Amino acid sequence: MDVVINGEQRKVTPGATLLELLEELELDPRAVVVEHNRKIVRRPALGDVTVTEGDAIELVHFVGGG
Amino acid sequence: MTTAVETIRDEPLTIGGRTFQSRLMVGTGKYPDMDTMVRAIEASGAEVVTVAVRRVNLDRSKESSVLHFLDPKKIFLLANTAGCYTAADAIRYARLAREAGFNDFVKLEVIGDEETLLPDVAGLLEAAKVLVQEGFKVLAYTNEDLVTALRLEDAGCAAVMPLASPIGSGLGLLNPFSVRTIKRRLHVPVIVDAGVGTASDACVTMEQGVDGILMNTAIAAAQDPVAMAQAMRLATIAGRAAYLAGRMPRHEVAMPSSPTRGMLD
Repeated sequence: MDVVINGEQRKVTPGATLLELLEELELDPRAVVVEHNRKIVRRPALGDVTVTEGDAIELVHFVGGG
Repeated sequence: MTTAVETIRDEPLTIGGRTFQSRLMVGTGKYPDMDTMVRAIEASGAEVVTVAVRRVNLDRSKESSVLHFLDPKKIFLLANTAGCYTAADAIRYARLAREAGFNDFVKLEVIGDEETLLPDVAGLLEAAKVLVQEGFKVLAYTNEDLVTALRLEDAGCAAVMPLASPIGSGLGLLNPFSVRTIKRRLHVPVIVDAGVGTASDACVTMEQGVDGILMNTAIAAAQDPVAMAQAMRLATIAGRAAYLAGRMPRHEVAMPSSPTRGMLD
């Protein structure tokens, strides 16, 4: 199943939740903020939201900046 | 190196209900490496440290965020909306930053021009109003225009951050009069953000009576960032101390320092 993560087309397991998606990407859910189709998904809800074909997902964190 | 200047009588800096001892805030961008960044922040004495919100690099998932090197229990993380050119984008970035779970402060930037990185004040005001409504403590990066600063204060910003000169330019404080006027007229803290190049710039900026100063490139791009961070710490304290001391009046003619009487015939 194709989704767009951080602007890149990616194949993910159909029926995966956002939490499982983070595991697949080896990302610590405590260290990223997830935006799913332009809506922020809070950490406790990551296991409740299922990814569907064509979804746009943004995974962000803090980097160096002024 | 130690100094006796810590004995200066001064109030701590309070922004949005949070109190800080240091009036110097620093960024975390453009350092040659993370170890230098950590040591420079330590040397600066800053408690407020800015960070940016960016996409995680998916192909290097082990690549650490800046938080891997900073302890959010020891420093106060101030997320910025750098790189945003519209109010909508800045609001989106601010919301993502808050979701990281550290605090509800944001250094709001809405940039209007790529060459100068000068702020889009219409977009800035629009975003500030929305974010204040949403409970954010907004520190608004703006130009040195008094009326914009007043409108930002009216919008409920926790602090207003006029620039010294364009971001990363190192040109120093170009318009002391305007910054002084903003400080005189606003009730919320005024923190000068951007444009400082070296310690004398920080000192002159603090001598205007502003509440604090935020810098990144001046430290990160110095030949020795850790030494420059130390210099900036001292310059910020010196400038504040000189402001509190009250400078002598300027005279257009010389005034002898030694007695004019008692001279030999």
